[in-house]
Amino acid sequence: MTDHPTGTPATEAVFIPGAPPPATLPADVWRGISRENPVLVQMLGLCPAMAVTNSLANGLAMGAATMLVLLGSELFVSLFRKAIPGEVRITSYVLIIATFVTVVDLALAASFPDISKALGPFMPLIVVNCMILGRAEAFASKVRPVRAMADAIGMGLGFTMALAAVSGVRELLGSGSLLGVDLFGPSWEPWVFMVMPPGGFLTLGVIMLGLAWVTDLRRSRAKAVA
Amino acid sequence: MTAGHQHGGPAAAAQRSGTPAWRLIATLAIAGAMSGWLIASVYRVTLPAIERHAAERESAAIFEVLKAPASWDTLYLVGDALTRTAPETRGGPKIPKVFEGFDASGNRIGVAITAGEPGFQDVVTLMIGFEPESGALTGFTVLEQKETPGLGDKIERDSAFTGQFAGRTPPLLGVKDRAGATPSEVQTITGATISSRAVIRIINNAVARWSPLIAAWDQGGAK
Repeated sequence: MTDHPTGTPATEAVFIPGAPPPATLPADVWRGISRENPVLVQMLGLCPAMAVTNSLANGLAMGAATMLVLLGSELFVSLFRKAIPGEVRITSYVLIIATFVTVVDLALAASFPDISKALGPFMPLIVVNCMILGRAEAFASKVRPVRAMADAIGMGLGFTMALAAVSGVRELLGSGSLLGVDLFGPSWEPWVFMVMPPGGFLTLGVIMLGLAWVTDLRRSRAKAVA
Repeated sequence: MTAGHQHGGPAAAAQRSGTPAWRLIATLAIAGAMSGWLIASVYRVTLPAIERHAAERESAAIFEVLKAPASWDTLYLVGDALTRTAPETRGGPKIPKVFEGFDASGNRIGVAITAGEPGFQDVVTLMIGFEPESGALTGFTVLEQKETPGLGDKIERDSAFTGQFAGRTPPLLGVKDRAGATPSEVQTITGATISSRAVIRIINNAVARWSPLIAAWDQGGAK
């Protein structure tokens, strides 16, 4: 596994411009959760991150549904990466993504009708979640299916965790509950504002601010040590 | 980047000008056919479960608004009269339905209808139960709403609001306080006035629309 001068992944048979550098599978998974978290770092998929995160159950369901779509799409984009001509690749990716969104939507409606009802109009909108098209174009179309799946799991988990963080804070403050379980009793006056759209912007902003602050702190500490 | 990569992936292919048109068309045609086949298969597998959930939701709503009927019948609106037989409508528009609820000894205890009209954000759809003879409501339940979480969605969750409709006689009048001075007054929710009024308007319009139809059906005799 050498052949590094150009940074070409040794496992790929041919050179592909802009291919991601070689990495172990755990590293492919971990990247989506941490350093390249789709919501908190890449700032992709912000629409669902704010629209459906007014309760933890909705946030988790949206995260899981998006992850399933991501898995199916990245797998198929990677499998057919040599068969799809470059001129029609975006069209083909959108077709693959839309197919999996429909499949997941139907499966959800059949198995978890309540969650499906709560997500309602936001399910079909996963098609235009730029995180998924982004991963298909930037990663899955340039690597073997195994790496694409690892990436999908990492990005999916990272997306779900970001949504869970936002929706957890919003449900706790906006409804005084978590997963529908009342935590503060009847004397708690819920901050209705938090479950409305502005609460989404505020929560996401505060979480990103906190994350940036922690990153900054760690960087300056590392510098002080060095 | 560089020309001459014969076996490149998609990005490299984009560099070579001129993939033959038939290959582009063939790729999209095959992808479209596979996608269509997959969706059709999943649709066929999931359809029974999805229809069962919808029927369960409808039954639960009828059961709730008619206060636990022992049984119920479905009437269909065809033209401008009610009929007991469902007309053939494969894939056509949904036919408006009335559910007649009966107690254990077969007496009608009320009818349930569904109706939807715009609320604050989107259409609010209700299942409404009332007694056609007296005109009094037996209750209502929200089938679908997308009102503001925490405010407008109280029309579904606030039992002080939903509980006051049973026994009231439409046309209802929404008031901010002192509800109950007359049998048609209901108290609106503070902070959700528009959503509350939407509920009241939907109930008033639905009862006004359906009462004569049901009266005509009753006149026609219990055939």
